[in-house]
This record gives sequence, structure tokens and C-alpha cells, in this order.
Amino acid sequence: MTAGKPDGFQEALENRFTVTVEIPPPRGADPRKNLEIACAVAGKVDGVNVTDNQRGIVRMSAQTFAHLLTDVGCEPILQICCRDRNRLALQSDLLGASALGISNICVMTGDHPRLGDNPGAKAVYDIDAIQLMKLASDFSRGINIHGKPLKKHPSFFMGGVINPFYEPLELELLKVRKKIIAGARFFQTQPFFDMETANAFLEAVKPLDTKILIGVTPLKSAQMVDFLNANVLTKPIPEEIKSRILSAADPAEEGFRIAAEFIDGIREKADGVHLMPIGQISKLPVLLEMIEE
Amino acid sequence: MIITKNKPFREILGAVGEIKSLFLLGCGDCATLCKTGGEDELREMSAKLSAEGIEVAGTVIVDAPCHELDTARVMRKHKEEVGKADGILVLTCGAGVQAVGDSCDKPAISGCDSLFIGNSRRHMHFYEKCSACGQCVLNETAGLCPETRCPKALVNGPCGGAVEGACEVDSHNRCVWIEIYERLKKRGQLDDMLKIAAPKDYSQTAKPQRLEGPQEPRE
Repeated sequence: MTAGKPDGFQEALENRFTVTVEIPPPRGADPRKNLEIACAVAGKVDGVNVTDNQRGIVRMSAQTFAHLLTDVGCEPILQICCRDRNRLALQSDLLGASALGISNICVMTGDHPRLGDNPGAKAVYDIDAIQLMKLASDFSRGINIHGKPLKKHPSFFMGGVINPFYEPLELELLKVRKKIIAGARFFQTQPFFDMETANAFLEAVKPLDTKILIGVTPLKSAQMVDFLNANVLTKPIPEEIKSRILSAADPAEEGFRIAAEFIDGIREKADGVHLMPIGQISKLPVLLEMIEE
Repeated sequence: MIITKNKPFREILGAVGEIKSLFLLGCGDCATLCKTGGEDELREMSAKLSAEGIEVAGTVIVDAPCHELDTARVMRKHKEEVGKADGILVLTCGAGVQAVGDSCDKPAISGCDSLFIGNSRRHMHFYEKCSACGQCVLNETAGLCPETRCPKALVNGPCGGAVEGACEVDSHNRCVWIEIYERLKKRGQLDDMLKIAAPKDYSQTAKPQRLEGPQEPRE
């Protein structure tokens, strides 16, 4: 029903190095600009993550934008977080997503509203990421939340997220194991910036025997390094990478080069990469070309 | 205990409105310990109200105003002073304000905001550790409550947002799931963390709750 590369996201992940990208829904009601970016990457990536009010900041409904993506030939990976909806709303959205032909979902807890643009909003978290994963897995097996048969059930290919920089990592990996028990079949990570850290992480998750898409964010400027260190990442960007950005004549170009080198190095070790080009979403096709070379 | 904070005086005056004579009621238990509705606070409030031209017809501290029959008895005992007032300013938690409101026909004006059920460690330092959720998980979480001490009330492990062990929502708090993990690890019970906790049954705790007479444990 949906189209990406000919073999689709799930098949790609089972058979070859997979590339997913993150395209957030727009902040306003006009999706055209973001859809143009999607059009430019359609057929060049295996899946497009649609974020769900990421960082607690209001955007167009993820489900709506994911549906629009299918219209332009992208295969969406619908992110669903537990912050904004109770179990009734989440169940009806799962059913609705399936009806719209959305079969890939990525389930997460979600940043607390206090960190976003509606800090006074009530944090829902009626069910958590593990419980929602179990619910979605049960749906896929034709079982409803009460353990009773669900007729005309959806079939989801479900994943989750990992913060590889969480300390203690043993605790994060326990949670990942729990997500696998709850039905997660792939994981997308926060961005890595150097091979050494990525290699150590891939070694640590090897026993979990699951599909890992390593996060990649091209750096644009020294300010971006500082912003990510202060607001997004739980482990700072390595000094060596930072200094390459600082001394580059064109920092954005250097950032793309660093990302492409990194992806080249990870190709044989990870199941794929997940591109999150924060603030450079329109330049995504350039990065994809660099990777292909 | 119930932790309270005094409302801003201007907000209290706004609620007092045109009333020119007030009876003041405080709490001998929680609000005294929080220094929001004890002897000292009633005295201070009386002085501030007088300065605004509002007469204080009388003051009283009830041992525990949330005990409704005791509160009604104390109000009856002070009926002469209460009779002279046009309203009662209540420096207690919301439970006390409502007990006073139910005990007489005059308006009970709330002088405090009720914050949380608090543990105290030292004088005037209070910490929220239990939120009376009705389905205690402490036996599964090494005796630390994630329902209360995790801002997302996660019962199946951490959200992954902690930075250097500090909660992403308030860096003054250590991630309670890291503390649970550390205790379970010390006890050799880390595998317990792999058990999936089911969604809570909020139908059991729909508000307002009541408990009348001795109860059987839940099924």
C-alpha cells in the first residue's frame, strides 16, 4: 500500500543496509514544504520517521503527516509517544493508522511537556512505552487490550528507541530487552558522532540480537554543537569532531563530510542508519547522494 | 502529612472581597509543621488583615481540621466570635477548608494551596514520595515509588532522558529508576526489571473516593 524503495522498510532491514530519515510534520497547517523534501528523498530511503510533537513542541498530527507521506511515495515510520494521549486515544490511533496503510510504528515515552512549548499541559503517560508496545503487538496478533479477539486486526512492524549514552548503560539495555519482550523488532538511536563510541555500543547490543539503526545528525555549525550539547545530547560531541567543525571554511559542508565518513565506516557493522538532519532537512538529498557515492 | 503553601496575601484579599470581619482558623498538625497555619501564622495574618482595615473577630487552631466532627465541635464552641464574622479565613489544606465550610453557613476562604503528601527530612524541607495512587507498586520497585518520583509515572523502567543520573524534568532530582536499578542490582534481583507491569486500573481510584467502615483487601 505504501512505497519507498521497492522492497519496503521491513524487507530492507531484514536483508541489507537500511537508511531511514526523520522528517517532522510542519509547525503550521501547510504541509507542502515538508512534503517537497519528502518527494526529493522518495525512492532513495527505506523509511521516513514522522515525529510525534517531538521535544514536546506542537506540530501537525504525526498520523496526518504520515498519511500525506504515503501519497508522495514515501514509506512512513510513525512515531507514537505516550505523553499526549490516554489508552483510548492510542488504541483508536493505532487502528486509524492501520486503516491509512501505515504499518511501521516507532513507540517511545516522549519528552515531558514541561520541556516543550506548552509547559503547563497535563502529562498523560496513562500507559508507558512498554505497555503501548505490548498493546500494539497484541493488536498485531488479533488480541485486544482485554485479551479478547480483535477482528480485522492491524499488523504492525514495530520498533523503539535507544539512548546509547544513557548511564548506566546496563539499565538502558535492560529496558531495551523489555521492549524486545514487548514486541519491538528494530531500534533507532540518538546520534553518534564518532566511530569509536558507535563500535563500543554495537558490541554492547550484539547479544540482544535485534536490528539497530544508528542515529546520524550532520553538524552545521559551532553553535549547533553547543546547542546539541546543552539541550539534546546526554553525552557531549567529541572534541575532535567539534574542532573539525570549528576550523572548517564551510562548517555545514564539513558536517556532511563527517556524517558521510561515519556512515561509510558503520556500513558493515550496523543494520542501517537513521538520519536526523536537524535544521538542514532541505539539504537531505545532498547527504543521500554523498552516502551513495 | 499534607504540605501547604500560603497563597499570596493579595490573592487572599481578592477572595475576601467586601467582607469586613473574619474569623481565622488554623491547623495544629500539618499546617503548623509547614508554618502556613499555626499560631505564628495566625498572628501574622491577623496583623496584616487589621492593617487592611479588616477586623479579626477571633482565631482558633483545630488539632486536625480534616477531622470534620472535631472541626464542627470547635466551630460550635466559638459560635459567638464566628457569629460576629462575615467569613472564616482557613489556613489549612483544602480538606480543612471544606470541613470548615461544611460546619457553618459563612463562607470559608482558603488561605493556602495544598501541594502534596510530604515526607520531611529536616525543618521545612518536604519531599513528595507517595501520591496515594491506590495500587502500591513498592513491592515491585525496591521500595521506591516511580508513580510519584518519576514525573512520567513510568512503571516499566526509565524513559532514558536522565543526564548524569539527573531527571530530565528537574535536575535537582536523581532519576528514581536509577535508584531502583541500584537497589535491585545490590540485591541480585535485576531480572525483576524485565517483568512487564500492566497498565493501572484507574476505575478503582475514580474521584471522589470514599472508604466507609472496615474494608476487605482488593481482589
